[in-house]
Amino acid sequence: MTGNRIARAILVLFFIGLLATPFVIKRMSPRREGDRSKFEAKTALARYGFYLEEVSQAAGVNFVHQSPKLDPKLDPIMPEVASMGASVSIVDFDRDGWPDIYVTNSAIGSKNALYRNMHDGTFKDVAGELGIADVNRPGTGVSTGAVWGDYDNDGYEDLFLIKWGRPELFHNDHGHGFTRVTEQVGLPPWINANTAIWLDYDGDGLLDLFVGGYYSEDIDLWHLTTTRIMPESFEYAKNGGRKYLFHNLGNGKFEEVSSEVGINSRRWALAAAAADLRGTGHPDLFVANDYGVSELYFNDGKRFHEVGERTGVGFAPKSGMNATFGDILNQGRYAVYVSNISEDGILIQGNNLWMPKEGTTGDAVKYQNLAREFGVELGGWSFGAQFGDLNNDGTLDLYLTNGYISLDRNRSYWYDFSRVAGGNSTIIGDAKNWPPFDGRSLSGYQTKRVWVNDGAGKFLDVAQAVGVTDTYDGRSVALVDLWNRGVLDVVVANQNGPLLIYKNTVTPENEWIEFELEGTISNHSGSNRSAIGAQVTLFWNGQQQVQEVSGGSGFAAENDRRLHFGLGRNPHIERAVIRWPSGKVQTIDKPATNQSHKMKEPA
Amino acid sequence: MSQQMSAPVPLPQSPAQKTPWFSLDNRYIAPAFITCILLAGHLSFGILESYQKTLLAIITSIGLELVLGRIFFHKWIHPASAYITGISVGILIRSPAFWPYALCSAISITSKYVLRVKGRHIWNPSNFGISGMLFLAAETVATLSIQWGNYLLPMVVIWALGSVIIWRLRRFHITGIYVVSFIAFAFLRSWMTRSPWQSEIAPITGPMYQLFIFFMITDPKTTVRSRRGQCLVVFLVALFEMVLRLYQVVYAPFYALFVVGPTAMLIEIWLESHRANATKLTVTQ
Repeated sequence: MTGNRIARAILVLFFIGLLATPFVIKRMSPRREGDRSKFEAKTALARYGFYLEEVSQAAGVNFVHQSPKLDPKLDPIMPEVASMGASVSIVDFDRDGWPDIYVTNSAIGSKNALYRNMHDGTFKDVAGELGIADVNRPGTGVSTGAVWGDYDNDGYEDLFLIKWGRPELFHNDHGHGFTRVTEQVGLPPWINANTAIWLDYDGDGLLDLFVGGYYSEDIDLWHLTTTRIMPESFEYAKNGGRKYLFHNLGNGKFEEVSSEVGINSRRWALAAAAADLRGTGHPDLFVANDYGVSELYFNDGKRFHEVGERTGVGFAPKSGMNATFGDILNQGRYAVYVSNISEDGILIQGNNLWMPKEGTTGDAVKYQNLAREFGVELGGWSFGAQFGDLNNDGTLDLYLTNGYISLDRNRSYWYDFSRVAGGNSTIIGDAKNWPPFDGRSLSGYQTKRVWVNDGAGKFLDVAQAVGVTDTYDGRSVALVDLWNRGVLDVVVANQNGPLLIYKNTVTPENEWIEFELEGTISNHSGSNRSAIGAQVTLFWNGQQQVQEVSGGSGFAAENDRRLHFGLGRNPHIERAVIRWPSGKVQTIDKPATNQSHKMKEPA
Repeated sequence: MSQQMSAPVPLPQSPAQKTPWFSLDNRYIAPAFITCILLAGHLSFGILESYQKTLLAIITSIGLELVLGRIFFHKWIHPASAYITGISVGILIRSPAFWPYALCSAISITSKYVLRVKGRHIWNPSNFGISGMLFLAAETVATLSIQWGNYLLPMVVIWALGSVIIWRLRRFHITGIYVVSFIAFAFLRSWMTRSPWQSEIAPITGPMYQLFIFFMITDPKTTVRSRRGQCLVVFLVALFEMVLRLYQVVYAPFYALFVVGPTAMLIEIWLESHRANATKLTVTQ
């Protein structure tokens, strides 16, 4: 009898222990260090090696994004369907050696902006005078992103404008203006896309263009014939926009070859990025899809092969909104970061950090999601993210912006969202079945994440502690050494919000090195002049880090073309190995630190 | 449907088991059905984020049931009930972490042995575990809300199969009353809140409700005994759910069952005890 009582008492204690477990785990979690710290520059510099200061006003940038207003049939849920379009891309359009900033606007009649770097800490919007501001005219749709690439290898970066509407290609006239060449190059009349990237998929030295559709291209969002435009499922939707791969023919024209090369998908693409994940010399293509699984296309130089499920990245459907690569453990291999949705108690998708599994390489590579283990899993309603060494300590950190719709702080749309999202396709697929928004927020006013990498597999969020305190609805993030100081500054485009420029101050003890690459091409051999796809592997202090020149990554974003490596204190660089898209390999022994190296592909 | 869902002791034989057209022991029907749902959902749509998490939930559930049954009932409890609890947790809980699956199963099973009144446990184990996790670990856990591809065919198959089985197990009146009540209240909510009726109906077309309707509200161990009482209780569950929905509570069905189910059980236990005392008094007199 006594024994039974003791057993029952132990059982009750065990039960109480079980119920208390979540509290204990929560208290032990280090994931929101930033929440507990208030920003103080000196402390941040001492503790984390850097701090960020928002300087857009001082830099003369007062851009505020405007969301589109679509067909009135969508009015009840307009905040949701018009929730994207803010983007930022970095380009040195005039080749003056100073990066400039291009940002998109998304209301009909609104203007995009190209902020020319004035070399004195300020910027001047020159989009109007150069002919790339007034691109959101009635009947042509609105901008949702921009990527820059020198498609004709004349040395100047050309502009592809991603739109819900008529996509546009602008030829850069040697930095003095832009000429619209959309029809001449053979682009389709209408695509509802949020992502596009430049890549040279077939290694012919000419940049090709991938465009991922979101809404179906049959839909004119301003003149709807039906309200059945929504995804047929929250997790398995295949009724989105088609994908395009425009093969550059080299004569000023492109040929659409997606089906021909094996890209057939109608998932709802939100982000794409390309990098050579297997060391084949060909860029593989990663597509993060909303309402479904991600897709990974291995590229054999002629065709793409979808291997998402086989490699592990295309198994669990989520709400992919970002794709970016980073060698976060300095092992010469890329991790892929995909952002998703996490809302306490309602939807915990968790972001994905796809790490190549130990012992798997080449075609047999498998990925495992280690976001939780690395501490970069929960970021709210996450959007754009980029890897970059923010404190120059030699490891890549991660900047993530987030927040979906910030309206009434006290009323949430989550309840309505969750019940419709779980419904049958006939219900979820029709916009008229969705309850009206009525000014409510949906994962709004969220705090951002700045995850500092300790180099040993743990990231710590220090956003609040280093000065990232905004709560705008962030969409697109680009990292760039804006003032050629050897540090990565952060530019963030917010939906219905201001463009933010976070100027970075880094502890001077930490050294750095940058590489500005330019491909050379003659007689159809060599690399594209933008050097997109070129890899630099830096060997120092017994470790290595690989980075690749990208033609667009993150969410609707493009980083500084220059590759920036932080090196930590007293680094001893052994060599830098450049593998050009053409396959040529160039080694630089002991390159000097604290400077940017301009490298041209050897003939 | 779920005779074994929460029973720490084997159930008495049901008369239905003697019917010739279906010879499978009743206690295997629910596990077989839920396994079919899991396999169909996973093979067609890949609903499981990982096999390991579901397996962890099942192993924890069965393991704990065996240990606690041995300690407190001095016998090896049939694992069918724990299997259903584990698999329900494995399907319904959504978390990127592993520990919530084990913890939810552990809380569910342990609750059967701790929260008992007059020898009866009063909460449906998985309802208790899931509600507990949603309340205690909201930053890590959500429940299944969007699966099976949102398409019609899987829904129809599960509803048809589930209805036949539940009818065979003589619990269809519970499911039927709940569904009718939910739909009626959905239209009432639509009228009250002026939201599209489709959006009010939408939740019941999702897979979370299929598991809720077939596996939780029909649990004989945690429902009252009289047929009329069962109808009344499940109607009250739907009613309370509607009230919670008017307050925009996302997990209204779980919380409604969490509150109404045990309350009804306590009332029934109190009434039975009262009646027994009265009878004893009469006999004594």
